[in-house]
Amino acid sequence: MVEVTRRLLRTPQGALGAAVLAVVALVCLFGPLIAPYDPEQMDFLGRFAVPGAHHWLGADQLGRDEMSRLLYGARATVPPALLATLAGTLAGAIVGTLAAFAGGRWDEAIMRTIDAVMAIPGLLIALLVASTLGAGEGGALLAIAIAFAPGMARITRSVALAVRQEDYVAAAIARGETGLRIVFAEMLPNALAPVVVESTIRVAFAVMLMATLSFLGVGAQPPASEWGLMVSDGRGYLHDAPWLVIVPGLAIGITAIGFNLLGDGLRDALNPRGER
Amino acid sequence: MSPAWLLRRLLLMAYTLLVVSILVFAITQILPADAAVTMLGQDATPAALAALRAKLGLADPVWLQFWHWFSAVLRGDFGISMRTGLPVGPTMLTALSRSLLLAVCSLSLMLVIAIPLGVLAALRQGRALDLAVGLISYLGISLPEFVTATLVLVVLADRLQWLPATGYVPPSEHLLDGIRHLVAPVLTVSLVLIAHVSRMMRSETIDVLASDYVLAADLKGLAPPTVLLRHVMRNALLPVISVVALDVGYLLGGIIVVEEIFAIPGIGRALLVAIQNRDLPAIQAGALIMAATYAVVNLLADIAYAVLDPRLRYG
Repeated sequence: MVEVTRRLLRTPQGALGAAVLAVVALVCLFGPLIAPYDPEQMDFLGRFAVPGAHHWLGADQLGRDEMSRLLYGARATVPPALLATLAGTLAGAIVGTLAAFAGGRWDEAIMRTIDAVMAIPGLLIALLVASTLGAGEGGALLAIAIAFAPGMARITRSVALAVRQEDYVAAAIARGETGLRIVFAEMLPNALAPVVVESTIRVAFAVMLMATLSFLGVGAQPPASEWGLMVSDGRGYLHDAPWLVIVPGLAIGITAIGFNLLGDGLRDALNPRGER
Repeated sequence: MSPAWLLRRLLLMAYTLLVVSILVFAITQILPADAAVTMLGQDATPAALAALRAKLGLADPVWLQFWHWFSAVLRGDFGISMRTGLPVGPTMLTALSRSLLLAVCSLSLMLVIAIPLGVLAALRQGRALDLAVGLISYLGISLPEFVTATLVLVVLADRLQWLPATGYVPPSEHLLDGIRHLVAPVLTVSLVLIAHVSRMMRSETIDVLASDYVLAADLKGLAPPTVLLRHVMRNALLPVISVVALDVGYLLGGIIVVEEIFAIPGIGRALLVAIQNRDLPAIQAGALIMAATYAVVNLLADIAYAVLDPRLRYG
């Protein structure tokens, strides 16, 4: 673990990604403490304040401080995206391991069904589920987890097929352990590590999806300070206050770049296949 | 490409569409505790709710509800929109044709830019151009479409005034104006695709450049452009086909957002409007048509792959 971290930080992408994410993590943890204003405090005289000494990043159409909204907004976007990725990864990992363990026709049936589910674009699944569950952060989180699960199941299965051939699985079968016990106690823990690495790179997509769902009106609801919602709010004032969309838009982009870099670095650190 | 392979592939596609139909129907009509309340809202009168429940057949067993819907869909009847009172199928297909125009333009722009860019980056590995392409592709995959679209609007439409902000003009009615309205959305959609495909093309090209047959072709004394076109690009392009096919999934998701922002009356926007109005038949039709489009594209990509890859052709 220490060795992997060391190698990760030695790849240029890994080091840069870790640095970016460290800042994002600090903002998530301490953002509300350093925020100069209450993010929902309106100030009608200070509407559309230009970025400057009073409002570093300007103020929005209700006079709310953009900087404070950005700092609070990290919590509404990043942790739910992480949680959604984790939930989707776990659900997918369980299905993928079950398919690998069952093998034969069951495996074929499960995998073909997963292929079929993946014919629906991720955003579309998330949008349908979120709108059915009712707009809100919780619904969006669950929707992203559901949209991610099939892809993670496919990846886990390919890892678990190799695990299935290991001696300790054969030993467990010989001991007469039940199938469920073998799947959860023997195979899943051993298949999980490479899958979690693979899921790092998807957090970037989860951040983007979370913000997109809020932007489309099925995620976080006003007056919450959520980055996607902030872009959506600022859309009506592109001409007079372009910072209202540029600032949260860049925040989403930078966070996603951080996760993409970290994921790429992690992949390189774990399979050193020379310079690519 | 044997007939048996094609038959199996077609059966798989039929299965895909069946699973997608079940899923779409389950999410929209079965999952909500009471689809009638979902559609009419909490304030609906009991009489209206009862009438809608009867119309949707909500008292029937689940499988019967699905069968009524699915058998109608198989006959091409997607039902009547709760919002407009018009048949949903034809409306969605008209919208799909506008989306396809946007998709085809974006894919073409992507191919023209991404493939030479990826090859160039591979040839100049580690130099400034390679790093610049790498940076752009990281940006492309890390900015969600709604952010890219908004930034494109701020720069090209608002600051520079080069393009109309939003709206749609059918190119068949007014060619030049139609194209001007398409530029911003096409740029937005293709950015993500360019990022993806140029990255893929770069790493494939680097792999192929290091292979023995390229070395052999070089040693034979073939001219470098010949080696590049006949040996390198031909082999590097194959895996890219499957990436492009997968990207169509992203493209369809992206189109929902881009159509909403640029006010293009395509299938993505129709779907969003349906979701906002809880127009169940329209949601079901839109989702199903989108997934079916994707499934067909994947089938075509598989066939193209089989035709182009001699190992599969003779294997």
